[in-house]
Formats: sequence, C-alpha cells, structure tokens
Amino acid sequence: MTALIGAVIEAFSELRIHKTRVLLALLGVMLSVAALTSVVALGNMASAGMVQTSERMGGRAATLGVSTPSAGSDQAAVVAAYAEVVDRYSIEYSSLRVDTFLGIRTPAGRIDAMGLLIEPDYGTMRRMNVVDGRWFTDGDTERLAPVMIVNEAFHTLMGSPDITTDPGVELLGERDVKAVIVGILADDYSGAQPQAYLLKDQTDRWELAGVQGAPPTLEAWVPAGLADELTARITADLKAQFGPDVSVYRQDYAAQGDPYGGLTLVIGGVAGLVLLLGAVGLLNISMVTVKYRVREIGIRRSFGATSGRIFFGVMMESVVATSVAGVAGVMLAVAVVSHPRVQPMLAAGATDLPPFPIGAALLGVGSAIAVGALAGLIPALVAVRVKVIDAIRY
Amino acid sequence: MTAPETVPAAGTDWPPLVSLRQVTRTVRIVDLEELHVLRGIDLDIHPTDSLSIVGRSGSGKSTLLNLLGLLDLPTEGTLSFRGMDVRALGGDARARLRGGAIGFIFQQFNLLPGRTALENVMTPLLYAEGRQFWKREKLASAMLDRVGLGDRMREFPSNLSGGEQQRVAIARALVRTPELILADEPTGALDIETGAIVMELLDEVAAETGAALVTITHDANVAVRARTHYRLDAGVLRPEAAAA
Repeated sequence: MTALIGAVIEAFSELRIHKTRVLLALLGVMLSVAALTSVVALGNMASAGMVQTSERMGGRAATLGVSTPSAGSDQAAVVAAYAEVVDRYSIEYSSLRVDTFLGIRTPAGRIDAMGLLIEPDYGTMRRMNVVDGRWFTDGDTERLAPVMIVNEAFHTLMGSPDITTDPGVELLGERDVKAVIVGILADDYSGAQPQAYLLKDQTDRWELAGVQGAPPTLEAWVPAGLADELTARITADLKAQFGPDVSVYRQDYAAQGDPYGGLTLVIGGVAGLVLLLGAVGLLNISMVTVKYRVREIGIRRSFGATSGRIFFGVMMESVVATSVAGVAGVMLAVAVVSHPRVQPMLAAGATDLPPFPIGAALLGVGSAIAVGALAGLIPALVAVRVKVIDAIRY
Repeated sequence: MTAPETVPAAGTDWPPLVSLRQVTRTVRIVDLEELHVLRGIDLDIHPTDSLSIVGRSGSGKSTLLNLLGLLDLPTEGTLSFRGMDVRALGGDARARLRGGAIGFIFQQFNLLPGRTALENVMTPLLYAEGRQFWKREKLASAMLDRVGLGDRMREFPSNLSGGEQQRVAIARALVRTPELILADEPTGALDIETGAIVMELLDEVAAETGAALVTITHDANVAVRARTHYRLDAGVLRPEAAAA
C-alpha cells in the first residue's frame, strides 16, 4: 500500500518539478489526442450527416418500397391492400406516396409544380428538414382545408410569404382549392425545382390528384433484421391479390451494406496515423528525459528504490501525464467540433445535428492512456537497466 | 583482514554488521582482459565502528564502497550483511535492505534538483513502510533541525551553500536511522573549514544513532577522525595504525 502511494507521490512530484518539460510533452500529446478525437468525431458526424441525407433520399434502414403496377387504376383496392399489409405486420411507420404534378396559381401565372401526396409518417421516415413552420400532424388529415408543405424554391416562387400568416396557395384542379402552407422544407440541392407536399387523404377529398391514374406506392419502415422476411411475405400477399407484377424492395441507403464503411476505414487510418505521430513524439521526449534523469534514478536506487518501483514510477509519470493531456485534448476537440461555425460544415444536410460522439471522446482518453503506457514502457525498461554505480557518477 | 588489534573497534564484541572474506572484484575490459579492482579483501564492520579508507585514485575505493553499500556484488569471496550472504539475496531484497540499513553520503552531495531541502530528506522515507512512511515530513523536519537547517527547510539546493547542501545530504542519509553510513569523499567539494564542521556533525550524528561510519577520503584530516584506519592500494586493503 505504502509502495503504491509512494509511487503516486513520486510521480506527481516529478511532474511538478519537471513541469516545463512535462508541459511540452503534454502539449504534443494533447494536440495529438485533440486531432485524433476531432478526426474521429468529425468523421462520425459527417458520416451521420451523409446518412441523414441518404435517409431523406430513400428512407431509413430498412425502408421497403411497395408498388403494384398491375393493379391498374383500382386505387381503392391498392390502398386497402396496403392498409392490410401495414396492419398485418404491425408496421409502425408507413406512408402512401403518389408522385404527381399540381397546378398552382402563382403571382407569375399558372405553373405545374412537382407534388408528393403522402401521409404524416413520411416526415419521420425521410427525416424531412423543416426550416420554418412544421411538418404534418395526424390532426391535419381531419382539417377541411388542405394544408401543404413546400420547399424553399416553391416558397420563393410564391413571393416568400411569412409562414406565420398562414399564406394560401391556389391549387388548380377539377375545382380550385386554396391550400395553406404550414411548413417550409430546405431545398435538397442548390437550384432545386419547386415542390409541394400534401396529405393524400386531403387530396383525395378535394380530387386534386390521381388524374394521371397512377396507383400509390407504399413506403414501410421496418426493422432491418426483418426486412428480407417481410419483403418475401408482402410480395407473396400482394401477388395473390394483384398478380405477378408486384414489386417489394429495400430502397434505403443500407440495402447493399453500409456504404460509409470505406469512409470509416479511412478516418480510422488517419486517426491512427495522428496518434502514432503523437506517440513517437512522446517517446522521444521520454527517452531524452530518462537519459537526463539517470543520475537521479541512481540516487533513488541508493535509497532503496527497487527496480520494480523505478519501473512503476517512470510508467506512472507517463500515464498520469498523458491521462491529463488526453482529457485536455478531448475538451479541445469538443470545443472545436461543437463550434457553431464548424458544425454546419461537417454535417451539411443533416436535420438532426448529431451530438459529439461519446465514442470519440472515450477513444481519445483511452488512446492517451495507452500512448502514455507504451511511451513510458521503453524509458521505464531503460531506467530499470541503469547501473546504480555508473548512474550516481553520471 | 580484520580491524587491527592496535586500534580496537568500539563494537567488536558484537557480531559484525558487514563482513567481507577474501572478496575479489574483477571487471572485464576491452579485448576481454580482466582487471582485478579488488583483491582478497577481508574486513569486518561492527555496529558503531568508525572506519576511514584512504587510497589514491584508481585504487578501488569506490568499488569497495559499492560492495559495502550492496550496490555491487563480489566476483569471488563472501560478502555478508547482518550474517546474511548478500549473493543469496535478489536485487529487490538487496534494495530494501540497502534502503533500511545503509545511508549514503556522496562527494557531490547528489541532492535531487528542484526539490526543497525538506523534500530531499523526505525522499528516502518514500521507500520506507509504516511509521517512517506516514510520518516522513515530521521525521525529515526533525533531522534537518538536528543538522542545523531548521530554518532552511524550504530552500532549494541551488540556494544553499556547499556546506549546507552536504548537511542536507547527511540528514537525508540518516533519516531512516541506518546501521551503516557510507561517506564517499564527504568533504571533497568543501573548503577545509566547512569540511571540518561537516565531519564533526557527521561524527556526532552517527554516534547518536549508533551507526557504523565508513569514510572514504583523500583527505588526511578527515581520515584521522576515524577510530580505525585502512589504506587501499592497488586493490589490496591494509590496516594503518594512524592516518597518513
């Protein structure tokens, strides 16, 4: 017990006395850990941003796209069959979807804008990025007047009305209807075409869609582990009803495996390289330090310090120092990565800005301790091999 | 070779603390030639003994000191400490024995830089156990008081004179109340007057604690203070009735 306490006291004493050298060594380790943690965190967050963008394009893992082209124009039968599928397999999130064009009266005259007729779950399933106003709620389905959500391009086309004033848009169809814009979505890319989202139930009620006669498709967000089984079952169910021309397939980004695995590998490689450079720097300083301290080690041996105590002491100094540096490095990395100017750059397109990954922080501190132990090991072995007699005369 | 009968050691009735019998120390130098640094050394050191060993440079004084301090092992012969054969002890056991029973005083003081006088004196107690470990600050303070540095405890070595530094080194060597004090040219870096004061103090404190004191020196004035005198010449230890 006294040996352990004594070693810790010695380690802190050494750190205090050699504070300039320690600070220089720690600065290197701290920057290495900060770089390592930042690279991993930035990589994770950028990857999360890309995943979110991908999810907006094709849905979350696993999203099944269901279509029945052979059903012809019998939309009611298709919708009923989809509802039965959702009910039978207890699918929590699902949405009908119809891609269509909507006649819109704008200040510049009539245009045909891209329209998506969907259900409220679609927003969760696709991580829709509402920048102003709100997404649909279940209550919107019951509203008499249709509500719509438009992208920024559409909003600009309409003269950028204030969303809080419930701006109306005239939809041109069998009979003209005024819809209220309740939310604005970020454009997916620069120069995006005007696009509007409406609830399918409301468009059915107002006979705004279906003029093209295309039956709706179904999107279902299911557990990834059940995706294959559900694909087979839903296909079989619908084929029995609508014939062979039924398509059920995974449409999310992870359908063919994780596309960001390569990115993760590259990030890991860069992080490892950064850490290696830090470790080599620390080892270099540690070796020089031990050479400098040969005499002191000899003096301590003359006081009765065992070789184990000397080994433990040198190791302890290194580990204590790098642990402190590791925590400081992680704090620096958190400060950099969480900076308001940095976050939007690394997670462009992300609706839910991912938090600083805990894993990256733990990796940073863990790596610092490991580097301390490794960088302390060689000097500690050198220290143990010091010949006391020669060391005292050094 | 035992202590000369003409100058009986104070504790000869007791079993020897350190005993060397026909000890030889050989080192291998370039092209495998062997150099006999020490030859056939016989020596008994009893508790409370006061020995001086004089000799020219290269005569083997430091090698003998290292053997007595358990820092080195003989090539041939027997070295025992408290009756135990030192060769049979492992490195860690020797280190623990050294820490508890032997105090070193070096020519260049060898105080640890960057630590105050008090911290320097406390350092050996970090390797102790029990009361010595837990009461290290109190013990170190008392020892610094004893060597007359009670008011200089918080000073760094760089702010102390040579005589003061050596007094700190004496306090450090004695703080674990060793049975054997090994002083290697303790006044070598001091002027004559300061050296005399330091040696007087060393003799006093050693006598108070009952420790055996072995002084290796070039200085006849220092050697003469011991009760038993030896000369080391070309690795051979011979008794001297009086210092040269």
